[in-house]
Amino acid sequence: MPVVEEYYDIVVVGAGHAGCEAALAAARLGLNTILFTISMDSIAMMPCNPNIGGSSKGHLVREIDALGGEMGKNIDKTYIQSKMLNASKGPAVHSLRAQADKGNYSRNMKYTLENTDNLTLRQAEVSELIVNNNEVCGVKTFSGGTYYSKAVVLCTGTYLKARCIYGDVVNHTGPNGLMAANHLSDSMKASGITIRRFKTGTPARLDKKTIDFSQMEEQKGDEHVVPFSFTNTEDDIKRDQISCWLCYTNEETHNIIRENIDRSPLFSGVIEGTGPRYCPSIEDKVMKFPDKNRHQIFIEPEGEFTNEMYMGGMSSSLPEDVQYKMIRSMKGLENVRIIRNAYAIEYDCINAIELKPSLEFKNISGLFGAGQLNGSSGYEEAAAQGIMAGINAARKVMQLEPVVLDRSQAYIGVLIDDLVTKETQEPYRMMTSRAEYRLLLRQDNADLRLTDIGHEIGLIDDVRYDKFCLKRKQIFDEIHRLNNTQVGGNRKIQGFLEDNNSTTLKTAATLAELIRRPELSYELIEPIDTERPVLPADVINQINISIKYQGYIERQNIQVEQFKKLEKKQIPADINYEDISNLRKEARQKLMLIRPINIGQASRISGVSPADISVLLVYLKMKYNKQ
Amino acid sequence: MFKEDTICAIATGMGNAGVGIIRISGDNAISIAEKVFIPINEKISVNNMKSYTAAYGNIYDGNNIIDEGILLLMRSPHTYTREDVCELQCHGGMVVMKKVLESVIKAGARAAEPGEFTKRAFLNGRIDLSQAESVMDIISAKNEFAAKSSLKQLKGELRDVINEMRDDILYNVAFIESALDDPEHYSLDGYPQKLRIIVDNTVNNVDNLLTTFDNGRMLSEGIKTVIVGKPNAGKSSLLNMFLGEERAIVTDIAGTTRDVLEEVVNINGIMLNIVDTAGIRETSDVVEKIGVDKALDSVDNSDLVLYVVDGSVPLDDNDERIISRIIGKNVIIILNKSDLETKVDKMLINSYITGEVVELSAITGDGRDRLYDLLNTMFFEGRLSYNDQLYITNARHKKELIFAKESLLKVIESIDMGMEEDFFSIDLMDAYEHLGLIIGETARDDLADKIFSEFCMGK
Repeated sequence: MPVVEEYYDIVVVGAGHAGCEAALAAARLGLNTILFTISMDSIAMMPCNPNIGGSSKGHLVREIDALGGEMGKNIDKTYIQSKMLNASKGPAVHSLRAQADKGNYSRNMKYTLENTDNLTLRQAEVSELIVNNNEVCGVKTFSGGTYYSKAVVLCTGTYLKARCIYGDVVNHTGPNGLMAANHLSDSMKASGITIRRFKTGTPARLDKKTIDFSQMEEQKGDEHVVPFSFTNTEDDIKRDQISCWLCYTNEETHNIIRENIDRSPLFSGVIEGTGPRYCPSIEDKVMKFPDKNRHQIFIEPEGEFTNEMYMGGMSSSLPEDVQYKMIRSMKGLENVRIIRNAYAIEYDCINAIELKPSLEFKNISGLFGAGQLNGSSGYEEAAAQGIMAGINAARKVMQLEPVVLDRSQAYIGVLIDDLVTKETQEPYRMMTSRAEYRLLLRQDNADLRLTDIGHEIGLIDDVRYDKFCLKRKQIFDEIHRLNNTQVGGNRKIQGFLEDNNSTTLKTAATLAELIRRPELSYELIEPIDTERPVLPADVINQINISIKYQGYIERQNIQVEQFKKLEKKQIPADINYEDISNLRKEARQKLMLIRPINIGQASRISGVSPADISVLLVYLKMKYNKQ
Repeated sequence: MFKEDTICAIATGMGNAGVGIIRISGDNAISIAEKVFIPINEKISVNNMKSYTAAYGNIYDGNNIIDEGILLLMRSPHTYTREDVCELQCHGGMVVMKKVLESVIKAGARAAEPGEFTKRAFLNGRIDLSQAESVMDIISAKNEFAAKSSLKQLKGELRDVINEMRDDILYNVAFIESALDDPEHYSLDGYPQKLRIIVDNTVNNVDNLLTTFDNGRMLSEGIKTVIVGKPNAGKSSLLNMFLGEERAIVTDIAGTTRDVLEEVVNINGIMLNIVDTAGIRETSDVVEKIGVDKALDSVDNSDLVLYVVDGSVPLDDNDERIISRIIGKNVIIILNKSDLETKVDKMLINSYITGEVVELSAITGDGRDRLYDLLNTMFFEGRLSYNDQLYITNARHKKELIFAKESLLKVIESIDMGMEEDFFSIDLMDAYEHLGLIIGETARDDLADKIFSEFCMGK
């Protein structure tokens, strides 16, 4: 029987946030790429919260942008509210978060994909991997088509053997009632890939017409909007913003939950998957934190032209009638109508320790994994892995070395290193506290950290790169000038300092030293700095941060140097841990399982002690000297 | 962790030898030596000394002279480790060597890990390949042993105190991080002032610990061993057998040893800190009663109990009292006076208390080797908590405490400067990790676990 047979460089399976970035990166690098999706109407869909960014996730989006990815540009086009979280805290934890118009976000991404050269879109369920001699050769679809390729990127999200559950209702569908992919994980298993089962959940959507907003606190966006993409300025993306609303659960809500907890599939054991601790369902929160007499719930619009409102903080898998009761017990929601029920979703995923830091499977050449498939959660985490998997799949085809960001370069590096090293036991979410060097990995300097790399890879064009180089030079030159311009204690200076409640000078000081004072800044000292050039706001921001936090930044730089020493000590792929008789058993098992690429990674594996690392180092030295 | 920094250690044995050597190796070995050693001959500057030359001078701790001695300087690569190496030869007493070592640590060197000089020698290609396997044996054995002994040593109060401080720190970091992660949920208003009080307290606790180190409780080098037995069982004779000379007063009159005697003895390289106690018995003599009480206290604080039984007389009430007190301790039962007719059955003793029984005569020395072999076996099986790096381990602990304190002081500085809260958690985590190194624990995923377990996160 004749079947469809096509040939591509790269196949991407799944068009969620990971798949879109992977496909765009590969196609933009010139590789002939095909992107499969279960439904052309669910491209870059946001089946849970209507936000992009947030604490540490905002960092990821800006890093994706600095590497030449799409997420930042797409949310800049389609946001309806924007906020810089933690603006009163240190610059390392400033985090950008936007409310998205979900429909618009999805449509815009689809349009971008459709108009990208080298990229083919195809609606079909991929049901089988074609693997020969531990090398991937393409995929088959459920409809019988065969698509040969040199690399395959799996971005299956929450679709593999998905089950959506609330109360005793079980739907064998993916998110939002979309078709699940019920065949691919069996084929993956047959190829030797470990399949695990994770779980996550989403809250109900409410009808805006039935909400009494006068009972809630309005949450407006920032007056000044910071774009996600370094290619945009505030003026490029300015718009009227739409508010969110804050309300609270109360003791009655909690009583309803407690009385019905036995009807939760999580408590009754119907759900087997491992759920995330950082994003607990409302019933989890109530049972785990009985002392809290209320929980915050955010009512957020799902878009500009829809009445559907998202209930941030209220994910649940309680039965429909209980959902109604508990939601209606809240102030402002007494008469509310539910449009979509809250549900928990279970899905197949892999154990990411079977991946290399390049996101290629260790045991199947040319096969890559990204996003929720790898055990992460979140749109941004998915997109971050997607772009790296796309880049590395393309480089594999082009026979180039993979690009691996380390923990001192980017949150993306922290994310992927954690996933492939630490064997996460729950859906993994990014947090700023996971980044050891977060003072260096700020959202404001993502371009300074990564544009060089993006340009070298080929995703940042020369025009953008030249613009970036100019910015970098302006920052460097101006800091140099400030460090080398001295002011003395003349009347003008002393008067200025007195006016600003700053100690007067006893000896001469550099302008940088003045800026470093907590009460002063680059902008404030303008009256006594007459020779300064005119500089854009983002350059000035970098100057302030570099000078003000210099001491802390230098300390982190020293830590990074120590870290790099261990990262440079490579472990050969063919190392035989059985040979090293002095390793403790637990350490040996972990090392054999994870096969770290360098000593640094090895030292981060739980169960591997500093003593084991010593033994390993000595062994490597011995082996190398022999050869 | 592995750092290519400069390390130091006492290179000679821990006994009271005539000369002690403190060895320093690493990039900064010479500049560190320059800080602690000033040649008498003013024309000599340490920095300009030729390789394999020596100078005579004073060893300083800050501005205070702590000893006079000789500096031997060897330049890279023709040294044992292939790094710059300096050796300070000072007087061989424990107190002096300890002071010199501490001064060198203050000047910027790090106390070496067990086997670290050898490891560096190997890593830098100094030791030839045929020796590599044995080097690995040494390193892994020492690490395992050091880990075991330091854990055991830290089983009590110190571990609790450190854990308490760590819990406090972690809770507060988790709170800050929760607020940063979910700023619309947790507020940090007014929090820095609260944190300052907590950190101040923690600094005080660290200071208190540092003082206990200086007082020598933790710096004592050896297995705390106590000799107990009823009066005239032969305790002092046993101690004298160890010492090889008459030191404690030995008489045939019961109750002669009224004070608690302390001695350090070296048995085949195993260091015992031996406390000889007054004989334990019911007594009306006030002075003797004090001695008995002290003896019982010593038992509680010991790592090893040598219970001396007078084999020439049957067990009596006094033995019963002693046994009830030492049950559960690490005990060796010494059936003394094997030169006389034995009236006590081994099996009978073991029916009261478990522990190896060694028959010997402290007077004639007969059976001594059996006891020494037993000590050796127990040591190598890890049943005795001690090895020759114990002192170094402790100096390292002290260093970690100082690091922790420095990090905590930086937190206070940041609070006082009005820095944003996220800066606190960087230094707090530093302190947490340094404290963790003392009790052999690394941070890894503690923080994330704490955040999720203590704070209700997420939308």
